[in-house]
Amino acid sequence: MADDDQVILLDFWVSLFGMRVRIALAEKEIKYEYRNEDLKNKSDLLLKMNPVNKKIPVLIHNGKPVCESLIIVQYIDEVWKDRSPFMPSDPYERAQARFWVDFIDKKVYLPSVRLATTKGEEQEAAKKEFFEVFEILEGELGDKPYFQGEAFGFVDILLSTYTCYFHTFETFGNFSMEVKFPKITAWTKRCMQRESVAKTLPDPKKMWEVVMERRKGLGLD
Amino acid sequence: MANSSCSDVKVLGAWPSPFVTRVRIALNIKSVKYEFLEEALGSKSQLLLQSNPVYKKIPVLIHGGKPISESLIIVQYIDEVWSSGPSILPSDPYDRAIERFWAAYVDDKIFPSMKLINTAQGEEKAAIVEQVTEGLVLLEEAFQKSSKGKAFFGGDRIGFLDIAFGSMLGWLRAIEKMGGVKLLDEAKTPGLVQWAESLCADGAVKGIIPDTEKLVEFAKILVKMKGVPLGKN
Repeated sequence: MADDDQVILLDFWVSLFGMRVRIALAEKEIKYEYRNEDLKNKSDLLLKMNPVNKKIPVLIHNGKPVCESLIIVQYIDEVWKDRSPFMPSDPYERAQARFWVDFIDKKVYLPSVRLATTKGEEQEAAKKEFFEVFEILEGELGDKPYFQGEAFGFVDILLSTYTCYFHTFETFGNFSMEVKFPKITAWTKRCMQRESVAKTLPDPKKMWEVVMERRKGLGLD
Repeated sequence: MANSSCSDVKVLGAWPSPFVTRVRIALNIKSVKYEFLEEALGSKSQLLLQSNPVYKKIPVLIHGGKPISESLIIVQYIDEVWSSGPSILPSDPYDRAIERFWAAYVDDKIFPSMKLINTAQGEEKAAIVEQVTEGLVLLEEAFQKSSKGKAFFGGDRIGFLDIAFGSMLGWLRAIEKMGGVKLLDEAKTPGLVQWAESLCADGAVKGIIPDTEKLVEFAKILVKMKGVPLGKN
């Protein structure tokens, strides 16, 4: 890809969806301009580049917008295809990778949010769902170093964003990720050794503060 | 990949499902022969439970004994395996991103809202119909940009978005009929009206999208059975 590519990312630092794109860009060593949006006061550029959903993240590549985090990550992989591929080359393995990307995208977010921002029965129900989802992921990871096998890939990009919230989930959910999900815990350490992940993910303490603020706002603590 | 024997490729599905329709259209485009294993309404076969243990849902493509689930993932798999056939996704990464965006829009916004029309009433129904119509107007704009004057979103050939959205046409017509509403119309979405005709007439699609009347009857059966979602994967 040409060095005079202009890449801008419209994002919000807390966003898990934005983090996916940031890790992807870092993996490919793409230089880009990061613009943090105020979601209560969205910029004209954001509204122009994503008129349909008006959401971050939006990748603007040489003036053309790409929206929706999963679609952006695929786009990045396909454009900058000469380095660090996110997907295996075999069609069947690609279908499996897409399946797990889709699973994580559909199944992890809501129970995670509810686990962190509710209490009592609602939280117990969220915790149960969270455990069910992570048990499936623990099983799928198995003894592989990464979800797609030997190489860090699309599935890892997605799930690794949640790792900066694990401390928060453990604290408010009163459980240990290491005890319940030892394989995912080992995988987390492996991912954090990658510069793209370590430099992108905010400090878990910061995420805890964000959730604490939210809980206070909801009158929970 | 070379020609496969019919037994090599199986589709676990059900005729009313628009998600199953996607898989069948894609296989037809690639001229791939397959065995269609119809799941009985209200029960799930052992093969389905084994092939899709995570969701236990149709469609599932079983190729050489290996299962692939989730309709749009299956369509992409078909495109990549039978690469000598006509392409389903465009080759340019930006064009691919646009088609994927609108396919996700159909699945996340248009189809779920369409289904709600069935059970909504009065003001709520009018509001949902308005929402769906606005979404279809956005798709009309996308169509005008993407088709460049040709018959399909994919231009001269049926592409990924044609399949993703086209598969919904059966239910769209059935919901129009049952709800006494017009979703695709000449005034607001003339391009899509023409597109729908061209798509349904195409050899790869003919006979795959179920008849409106049959779907209306099926919807009545679903209501009687209660708790079975309307055509949802």
